Formats: sequence, C-alpha cells, structure tokens
Amino acid sequence: MIFDIEFETMPREALESIQLRRLQATLERAYATVPFYRKQFEKAGLKPGDIRSLKDLHQVPFTTKQDLRDNYPFGMFAVPMDNVVRIHASSGTTGQPTVVGYTARDVNTWATLMARSLSAGGATRGDIIHNAYGYGLFTGGLGVHYGAEKLGASVIPVSGGNTKRQIVIMRDFGPTILTATPSYALHLAEVAEEMGVSFRDLKFKYGIFGAEPWSEKMRDEIERKLGLVAVDIYGLSEVIGPGVAIECHEAKKGLHIFEDHFIPEIIDPATGDVLPYGQTGELVFTSVTKEAFPVIRYRTRDISALHAEPCICGRTLVRMDKVSGRTDDMLIIRGVNVFPSQIESVLMEMEGVSPHYQLVVDREGNLDTLTVRVEVDEHVFSDEVKRLQDLERRISKNIKEYLGVSAKVKLVEPKAIARSEGKAIRVIDNRKL
Amino acid sequence: MWVKQISVFLENKSGRIAEVTKTLSEAGVNIRALAMADTADFGVLRLIVDNTLKAEEALKANGFTVGKTDVVAAEVEDRPGGLHRILTLLHEGHINVEYMYAFVQQSGDNAVMIFRFDQIEKAVALLRQNGVTVIDDDRINQL
Ligand SMILES: [Zn+2]
Repeated sequence: MIFDIEFETMPREALESIQLRRLQATLERAYATVPFYRKQFEKAGLKPGDIRSLKDLHQVPFTTKQDLRDNYPFGMFAVPMDNVVRIHASSGTTGQPTVVGYTARDVNTWATLMARSLSAGGATRGDIIHNAYGYGLFTGGLGVHYGAEKLGASVIPVSGGNTKRQIVIMRDFGPTILTATPSYALHLAEVAEEMGVSFRDLKFKYGIFGAEPWSEKMRDEIERKLGLVAVDIYGLSEVIGPGVAIECHEAKKGLHIFEDHFIPEIIDPATGDVLPYGQTGELVFTSVTKEAFPVIRYRTRDISALHAEPCICGRTLVRMDKVSGRTDDMLIIRGVNVFPSQIESVLMEMEGVSPHYQLVVDREGNLDTLTVRVEVDEHVFSDEVKRLQDLERRISKNIKEYLGVSAKVKLVEPKAIARSEGKAIRVIDNRKL
Repeated sequence: MWVKQISVFLENKSGRIAEVTKTLSEAGVNIRALAMADTADFGVLRLIVDNTLKAEEALKANGFTVGKTDVVAAEVEDRPGGLHRILTLLHEGHINVEYMYAFVQQSGDNAVMIFRFDQIEKAVALLRQNGVTVIDDDRINQL
C-alpha cells in the first residue's frame, strides 16, 4: 500500500518544481542561520539566490562528516534550541560522534517518512510491529516507533537485546512485522531454534531491515530462516535517520528515495563530479524540508547508483541500489574507480562462486594491473581443468563488463587469502605511488 | 560398475603434491593411481585410492578442496593398437573422453586405463557390448 499517494506517485515535473522551491528555501535559511554554510557559500562565491535550477545545486560545496564533527555539538543547528524538541547522535566509533536535532515539525516529517517506509515494506494499520531496533541516541528504534504510530499499526517497543524474552513475546503476541538490523534478525532465528520455537509457526509476514549493509545472499537466508519477505531500509542520522529510502516489497529491487524531502546525487568520490543515472559512486543528499538540521550536499561515503526506471509498485521516486560498500575502500585503477564490493557483486551473481576474494593491484612500468584472487570451494571445483579455466574467463569477462576494468583472475586454494580476525583481507595495493 | 575418483585443487606451488601424498599416507590411505593436469597457475590432481571416504575426510580436514567423480576403469589389451581400438569405438559411438590416464597395476596380462567420460552409462554399455572388460570399485582394489 502507498501511504502518501500524492507525493509518492507524483509526475516528475511536478516533483522537481516542489524540490526546487523547497531547496531554495532551505539554502536561504541555512545561509542566514548556520555560519558554516554561509562560509561555504562565500568560499564558492555564491549567494543562495544564484541557485535558480536543480542543476545549479552542483555548484554548492559539499558537506562532509568532518564538517559536522568540527561543529560539535550544536554548531550546525539552524534553529534556536527553544525550537529543538529531540536530539540524536551517531555512534562515534572513530572520533567524535555527530549530533543532530529535530524541531516538532521535523519529528512529524520523519514519522511520515517512516510510515511511508513501513507501508512500502508491507505494513498496514492492522499489523503488529515487533521493533527490535535499539531505542536511544541511535535513530533506529524511535524512528520506526513514531512511523508505526503514524501509520496506525500497533508497535511493540522491544528494542535490542534480551533475545530470549523477545522470542517469547513473538510467540505470545503474534507480531506480523519485524524491524531489526539484518544481523540481529539472523540472531533471533538462531536463538528461536535453540529454544525450540520455529519461525514458521510465528505470524511474521514482512521484515524491514537496515542500519548496516547486507547482501542479496543474506536476504535469501533471512527469508528462508524467518519465513517472511525481507526489504531493505536506508537512512542515516545526519540526513534524518531511517526513512530516507525504502525498498517496496513488490519489486525488492532498489530503494525508493523520498525525493520530495531529499535530493540525491551520485558523485565520483575522487573528483566530486556528478555522475548520471546508472553509474556507481558516492551517495550525496541535500535535505529540503528539515528545519533544525538541514544538510546541504552531504557526502554519505556510501556506494550506490540511482535508477529512474518506473517501478511496478507505482511509485515515481528514483531508486538507489542497495548500498554495497564505503568510499573509504575505493581503488583507482587506470583511472577507473573500483570498489571491492562491486567485485563481490559480480562474484555473487555468478552462481556458486565463493565470496572469498582479494584484489591485488600492481604497477608494471606505468601501467596498473589488477589481479582478482578467488578461492576455489567445492561448489565451483571441477575435476576438469577446462571448466576451471572457463570459470576464470567468465569472471574476468563479467568484471570487464560491469566495472570497465580488465582484471586477471587467479583461482587459489581455500584459505589462501589471508584473514585478519576472521575477516578476509580484501585489497593488497602494491603500487608505490 | 564404475570407480570413484578423487580430485584435488592445487595451486602451482612446489611441494603441494607432496602435501597431498603426506596427508593420505598419514591417514593410512593407499594411492592406486595418480595423474596431474595443470595450467600455468593451478592444477587438478586426480587420484584413485583404496579408501575414498577416508581420503576425502583427511584431505578436507587439511583444508584441500576435494571433488569426487565417477570414472571408468577398463582393461586394454597389452599389445600395439589395444588402446586405439577402444578410442575408435568411443569415437564412433559419439562419446567424448574428457581425459584418461594409466592405472599402475595390470589386470592379468592386460593394462588398465582410467577414463573420464561425458556420458558414463552410455560409454560403459558400449565398451561391454564390444567385449571390453570394465572393472568395478571392488575389483580394482584387489588388483
Ligand atoms: Zn517500487
């Protein structure tokens, strides 16, 4: 079901005119109230009034995570604290956390976006939502909670942890929708099995999972073990929290971005150039309705691509690919940006290929060479040499096709790829630059 | 009717075959036949052993990628043209030989060859119709 039929199925032209009007208002306000944004405009020799079309946004400087940190804690707020009703913060695993604020209207906007998201993921007002996202400074728990209430569904604010009690609640209350991180969803399945509770006997129909990257393979596993339809939700606290984009359960192919509130761009992380639809790069967001914490061309460091093709669900909003990695891992090989996660996608798509791989980059003379080492497991092994050689050729061909870079593929024995604390070392760059 | 072959994926690094034979000898497994097919980067070691199950377990426990394939052991007359006759039969029967190698022991006066076919049942039927002796798993262990 589409929660907000007017905005979610709006013709492109109408949507873009709303975006432009809201963008101009946001830029005016940010310029007037946030010293950081005023300086950014001045640095670029711009005034908010210079932005006359959506394309003009490309001239505005980017905002980075570091910029947010530099303005810790409230330096990026665009309203007086009197008008701030909620504060969240991202976990500061590396360095300072980033702090975000919401006005009453922002909280309401966010709740609407989450109601849209839950609805796209299969929830209706008749559903019971088991919300296992953490409640607290993290935006996951409260984000889903407010959205569920806005939708009119019943929400169980179970939060994370105390997994055994969660299984008992699932059995006794009969929730129909599960919201959690994908890894916690699998943990729930494991604990349920230990307790002798079968997910098949529970009432779940849909699961809405996010807050960490997950693969199609993991989706298959979750759907199989939990007996529900699993969709991906995307968001980050700097932009608003969960509810920036959502997969519709009809297509499960890319996440619809709520463009009436956020303008997405894909850029080349090395040059900052805006890339056309279909190309992979770094996701950048500009909020156009937020009051307390507007973000202008915020670099997420998440790798994705945008697709404008119409969707079977009826939504006209662009779709972003499932986030496949972080820009921090990017390699530039002969001028082509290569993300290890793209190689992983290529391998995943080829049936049976082991996901254990490693990229080795060398420089021979002035030429960069890429070797992809792939561990041979029992699924791909054959007693016939020609089949193995054929596998190497097919992987190489697919990498060339999808990434535009030539790679030599080398099959290696299991465990040949060095692991560090159980995780494979994905990249070895031998270039002396 | 046919024989179980074990194959092992190996990188082309010195000492890897020795690792396999060491693993098998420590597990008390006898190697009856062995052939290596390799490229510049990797190879596939094919083995006929007296205890396939034990061999497979020992190799897997030592981190090797192991495959199991059905192959055919056939007697080849130990005289000029003996092998040629069999290959001609197969060719005329439109059966591909993916690869073949010699078994160490003889069967009486005859040599024994190991064949890997694309259509194993058809191949065995054809060989038998033409009087070629096909040796099964039990008997090959007694050679
Ligand atoms: Zn859709």
